Amino acid sequence: MSVQPVKFYQVGSWAAGNRLLRPEDRSVQADPQRANSLTSGHRACQGCGEALGARYVLDTASRVTGGRIVAVNATGCLEVFSTPYPESAWRLAWLHSLFGNAAAVASGVAAALRVRGDRDTRVIAQAGDGGTVDIGLGCLSGMFERGDDVLFVCYDNEAYMNTGVQRSAATPPAARTTTTPVVGAVPGNRFGQGKDVPRIAMAHRIPYVATATVADLRDLEAKVAKAIGLRGARYLHVLVPCPLGWGTASGDTIRIARLATQCGLFPVYEAEDGTVTATTPIRRQVPVEEYLKAQARYAHLFAPEPRRDLIDAIQAMADHNIDEYKLLDGE
Amino acid sequence: MLRQIEGSRAVAEAVAACRPQVIPAYPISPQTHIVEALAELVSAGSLAPCEFLTAESEFGAMSVAIGASAAGARAYTATASQGLLFMVEALYNASGLGLPIVMTVANRAIGAPINIWNDQSDAMSQRDCGWIQLYARDNQHAADLHVLAFRLAEQLSLPVMVCMDGFVLTHAVERVDVPDQSTVDAFLPPFAPRQVLDPGDPVSIGAMVGPEAFTEVRYLAHLRNLDALERIPALAKEYGALAGREVPGLVTPYRMVDADIAVVALGSVLGTLADAVDSVRADGIRAGVLGITAYRPFPFEQVRQALRKVRRVVVLERAFAVGVGGIVSADVYSAIRTPLWTVVAGLCGRPVTAGSLRGMLREATTDRLKPLTFLDLDHDRVRRELRAVGGAR
Amino acid sequence: MFQVRIHGRGGQGVVTAAELLAVAAFAEDRYAQAFPSFGSERTGAPVAAFCRIDDHPIRTHEPIAAPDAVVVADPSVLHQVDVLHGLRPDGYLLVNTGRSAAELAISGAVTARLCLVPATDLAREHVGKPLPNAALLGAFAALTGLVRLDSVEAAIRQRFSRPVAERNIAAARAAFDIVHAAQREASNA
Repeated sequence: MSVQPVKFYQVGSWAAGNRLLRPEDRSVQADPQRANSLTSGHRACQGCGEALGARYVLDTASRVTGGRIVAVNATGCLEVFSTPYPESAWRLAWLHSLFGNAAAVASGVAAALRVRGDRDTRVIAQAGDGGTVDIGLGCLSGMFERGDDVLFVCYDNEAYMNTGVQRSAATPPAARTTTTPVVGAVPGNRFGQGKDVPRIAMAHRIPYVATATVADLRDLEAKVAKAIGLRGARYLHVLVPCPLGWGTASGDTIRIARLATQCGLFPVYEAEDGTVTATTPIRRQVPVEEYLKAQARYAHLFAPEPRRDLIDAIQAMADHNIDEYKLLDGE
Repeated sequence: MLRQIEGSRAVAEAVAACRPQVIPAYPISPQTHIVEALAELVSAGSLAPCEFLTAESEFGAMSVAIGASAAGARAYTATASQGLLFMVEALYNASGLGLPIVMTVANRAIGAPINIWNDQSDAMSQRDCGWIQLYARDNQHAADLHVLAFRLAEQLSLPVMVCMDGFVLTHAVERVDVPDQSTVDAFLPPFAPRQVLDPGDPVSIGAMVGPEAFTEVRYLAHLRNLDALERIPALAKEYGALAGREVPGLVTPYRMVDADIAVVALGSVLGTLADAVDSVRADGIRAGVLGITAYRPFPFEQVRQALRKVRRVVVLERAFAVGVGGIVSADVYSAIRTPLWTVVAGLCGRPVTAGSLRGMLREATTDRLKPLTFLDLDHDRVRRELRAVGGAR
Repeated sequence: MFQVRIHGRGGQGVVTAAELLAVAAFAEDRYAQAFPSFGSERTGAPVAAFCRIDDHPIRTHEPIAAPDAVVVADPSVLHQVDVLHGLRPDGYLLVNTGRSAAELAISGAVTARLCLVPATDLAREHVGKPLPNAALLGAFAALTGLVRLDSVEAAIRQRFSRPVAERNIAAARAAFDIVHAAQREASNA
């Protein structure tokens, strides 16, 4: 009897239930031998996007390097909830110095490793948006410009969350924070401000810049793996919803992050040496309203009266991103 | 090797002999010649292996040193004045984390008004940050203190700042026996960190400590700092024996044995003071000098012992506490608990002349000094200014 | 102790001159201390540098208020800065100029030990640049006898690359010879 070749459509795909994915394509988190760099017992809020992101990033980095990583953490939620003395949730070599100097401290660690002839141990600096775009920008720019061998990961939850949800230069327009309250004619954060740090990173022409979210964790892992495979200054900007600060349900973190990408407000792309090299197209476009409505920090756009003008302005921003990054160009 | 050499260069070569592994640098007058010389030595391959990197600010520089030290590399940097202040957060971080970083502070005044000249305001403003502070009396001392500093820092796992008067010492070309490599190698072993970032044996450094433990953490740091009071003399003796000269450690008395009046001071002014003392001694005034090298931790016992038989004590300050008066005076008073005179001299590089010091000693001898004196203050100008302000009201 | 104050403008090698003098004294196994009057680096601004030489260790760090010798590298500072301040009555005054004392309006009463040397001209001739410091050091050595010419030459060699050093030494020698000749002439007269 001849053997009929049968095609298994699920093999090689990421379809749910596929147990036949090549090991190297499987999520790091599926591996029982994963590093578990940020282990359980830490004090993060339920549904914390940053805790999720950090675990994925560091476990991936750990797998790629065989466990040879050093993490330098800025002050912020991640550092505070993970190291309540005398406990630490970190199972890797970890250093926390100050709020604004993670990039410089990481540069120092990288220099030390280099001078000691250790080429295998890699350095990851991590900070929230505050520690990256505001107080951390000087040191970050210095690290970029020197080309120090550091992968800097920004976990962007769009405000100073650990200190009680104050506005940062990463806070999007109209968002409510305690220092951009919903009061007066222009409620929430102002339009026309803010810093686009991935583009600032690109302006330094560093080897690799990428954006990612916790909605697509395989993409995040792939980007971390790619970044670790390169040398020099690298930057990863990860959108991590904060249930408390954004006013979302703790179970909605991943869904909200996906809405951010699908409406176009958070473009997902990669860049090398200052030029965009790949973008992740929007699979199913949604109007920004669907994204904004799900978050209490934007509740004032809908009640007591709908602020059509502000929603339209935000939609225009999304449309601009879609245009600029060609997010709707077919696959 | 005996050389006629600029102070900055002597320090750079002494530091280089200590085999630093990571040197982050940010320029500020008057420290620039030190980091420039080190950059030259690293680029030429004379100092290797060593990573020299230009930081984007002093805050960045100290941060790089923190990361490097935590990862097990011997780290060094230099700054002054505004630069020291810009890295204050990092200073406390380095001492709190117990990182044995060594830093030169080329003492310079702090603005406003903007200035570049020498006084000790910068380092004095950081006397509480947990760093050990050593003050050099001349360039030979500066060179030697840096070698001492690395060993002391690594012994105690505490950062050490070596202070030398900006321009006055850094830019003076003097005779210095620059410590050679073999002498330093005999004194300073390779850096063996107390704790280190090592993927093979991971630790978390920099945890958040609350009310339940912070006091104890600080108290233990205080004890470790005090330990320096015993280690410094021992190290100075050991290094002195290797180098073939005496290296001032905690305090240095000059003509104090029968002194009726003693001047306490730190830094380069000690040389000019010695000349002034010799001069008035010839006129029968029994003056002496107590030079302090280790300012933090403060050598209370040594100061008390040195001054216990002295009737008149003058503290010559190279900085002052606005709204209060002397800074070092407060510490000296704590040691001796008897009245003393504070003389603030040489702020922002105003020359401290032997002539003025002689005058000060004469006034002290006849008890004519006020409790707080600003040496060589232009009283006329002050009067004019006060009148002008008064008139405007 | 012998104290020298050198006046000039930024960019003329005034600070270097003081350092070279110190190194020359060191070569003769004497103690020396050289330092500039400190300011932000700026070409053309008046600058002063100091040098002390002694047979004993030098402890003081104060500026030189009563110099035994004043060297003026740029005559344009003569009436702009009080270059003569504190100069000992019989102190040396060495001025870089091709003009006469009368033309420079320097009174003979200032000091008997006035010496005028066209150091910039010598520098142009031997060094190819208007940097008068080496020539002034050569003149200084002849004028005061404080350091030997060969010590000055050794200091110059230590500081500069071979071709640059040799050119500066030529300028120093030329100035030395001029001053020596003038001294012989004066003592013969």
